[in-house]
Amino acid sequence: MAVTALSAAESKRLSPRLRRLEDERWLAMALLTPTAVLLGLFIAYPFFEGVLLSLSSTRVGDPGHFVGLKNFHKIWDDSIFRTTVWNTFWYTGVTTVFKLALGLWLAILLNRHFKGKAIVRAFILLPFIIPTVLSTFAWKWMFDPTFSVINWTLFQLGFITTRINWLGDPDLAMTSIIVINIWRGVPFFAITLLAGLQTISPELHEAAAIDGARPWARFWHVTWPLLMPVTLVVVLFSVIQTFADFQLVYVMTGGGPANATHLFATYAYQLGIGTGLLSEGAAISLAMFPFLFVIVVVQLLYIRRVETR
Amino acid sequence: MAEVSIRKLNKMFDVTHVVKDVDLEIRDKEFVVLVGPSGCGKTTTLRMVAGLEAISSGQILIDDSVVNEVPPMDRDIAMVFQNYALYPHMSVAGNMAFGLKMRKFAKPEIETRIKRAAAILGIENLLERKPRQLSGGQRQRVALGRAIVRDPKVFLFDEPLSNLDAKLRVQMRVELKKLHERLGTTAIYVTHDQVEAMTLGDRVVVMKDGWVQQVGDPLELYNTPANRFVAGFIGSPAMNFIEATLGENNGTVIAEAPGLRLTLPGSLAARARTRAGRAVTLGIRPEDVHIATDRDSPEFCFDATVEVVEQLGSEILLDTRVGPATVVASVEPTMRIRSNDRLRLSLKPERLHLFDAETEAAI
Repeated sequence: MAVTALSAAESKRLSPRLRRLEDERWLAMALLTPTAVLLGLFIAYPFFEGVLLSLSSTRVGDPGHFVGLKNFHKIWDDSIFRTTVWNTFWYTGVTTVFKLALGLWLAILLNRHFKGKAIVRAFILLPFIIPTVLSTFAWKWMFDPTFSVINWTLFQLGFITTRINWLGDPDLAMTSIIVINIWRGVPFFAITLLAGLQTISPELHEAAAIDGARPWARFWHVTWPLLMPVTLVVVLFSVIQTFADFQLVYVMTGGGPANATHLFATYAYQLGIGTGLLSEGAAISLAMFPFLFVIVVVQLLYIRRVETR
Repeated sequence: MAEVSIRKLNKMFDVTHVVKDVDLEIRDKEFVVLVGPSGCGKTTTLRMVAGLEAISSGQILIDDSVVNEVPPMDRDIAMVFQNYALYPHMSVAGNMAFGLKMRKFAKPEIETRIKRAAAILGIENLLERKPRQLSGGQRQRVALGRAIVRDPKVFLFDEPLSNLDAKLRVQMRVELKKLHERLGTTAIYVTHDQVEAMTLGDRVVVMKDGWVQQVGDPLELYNTPANRFVAGFIGSPAMNFIEATLGENNGTVIAEAPGLRLTLPGSLAARARTRAGRAVTLGIRPEDVHIATDRDSPEFCFDATVEVVEQLGSEILLDTRVGPATVVASVEPTMRIRSNDRLRLSLKPERLHLFDAETEAAI
């Protein structure tokens, strides 16, 4: 009674305009508007503009005109674009597998009790915390054809006699950026999976041990299925980020050598901004969209299935 | 067929000594309850029997073979956990089948066993459900089922009823008792609830601070507690304790406390005679205190002031003040008594307990 009396008295003090917010429909609109405006301004509008751009012949210094799907036809016939598509899938696929495997392994190690657990867990995050451009520059040094510390070490250990041109060879360059991406991405997997592991009651492992499950069986029948929802979400995030990666490749190779390491984002940038073919760059950017869309939809469906299991 | 022997068992966690020289022989088909307040080492003892906790020193034997280094899966035990520990991603049937699958039982055998256990526990219609679709009581049954299907040598129960509401707990207690009578598997049961211990245990082990205080059947613990702790822990409402001094008068032994002067009965007097002039603790259970009548010998009567009247329906508990001490008496529910009433109470002399004031051991 006291509560209702109070709120009635308070609402009397409010101005008529504010009292309208007592109606849930008005309140919902008031609360949703800022988000809708922000999303519209910074996501929907640029996206829409991007679509228009990709359908035009705009280039730097030329507003251009509507040309339909011409840009898409053009990039379809572009061998660099095809390499880019392949690169992106290869880059995303290989790194995701390694990041998941190493991250899970690390998470399981970190889930044990040992001295200095908190500090180690914090340090693990370092590659993830350092701005990508900075850490990638450090890696660039390590892979530098002349000053490579990796070459130096291999040479001193007697494994090689001549320099390895890490970033000059197409395959080695790809491998190099894959290694760096794994290095950068493992902490995110490890920490997130660790959080997931910590939600699994130790009693379940004890019950399984008493039920006769050896360590590997406990992992396979208890830990892995219970960790699955978290794993799927982490993989989803990682795939989206890796698929659209830009900084790492841009800093390490700039898409080279001879366009061998381009991803969607770097090639779109090079063509759109570097060469000034804005509309073609936009078309390449947009070409990423259907692929990502399919990946995300499949994963979301799978996550829903696992979670309602 | 399984006997469990625990010999000079100790457990240290870093510098904390939580289980101290526990000795216990558990016979085949016996239901033994470990009871004590939290931190008394009962759960740790159970976990050492399960193999979930390493043994610091001492031995555990199952059927005459030392299992100290044997991993849990090879001890042929089943455990029911406090939080049930059901695998959330498996159905009820899956939960029950898991232990059998791990032990490579044939599929038809697994199905037969699950059906039989489900029938015993009345959960046949839940087999396809997931644990989160079950109520607390149903989960408890599934946890029991998972233990039963294994047909192990020993059942271990770690406070299995403590997460259930009071009514369900009483019901499950009865069912557990029936289940044990039916299966006859050796069982070790940990609880902090003395009522559970008394009702379930063939024998009860009372523990405190890592030490075993007393081992005995429930009535033994109730009638002849080994020390003040056991006396106070077993029985509800708890035993009354009154600090007193012993004296001798014309060959009889007298216990004296402010507002109280009791003549000790024969056997007790004989044991207490050498302690004349020493401090002791008198113990008397509320059910052994009553309102004095003409038939009561004045040697066992004393005056009391009623402080609180607790009407329980089947009985009335009177919290009374006797000198500085509080004495609780259980009286007939028909009595009309109000607080601040002055009463004359009497006690059953043969039910009087005496404890050394220092060592707290029974005299």
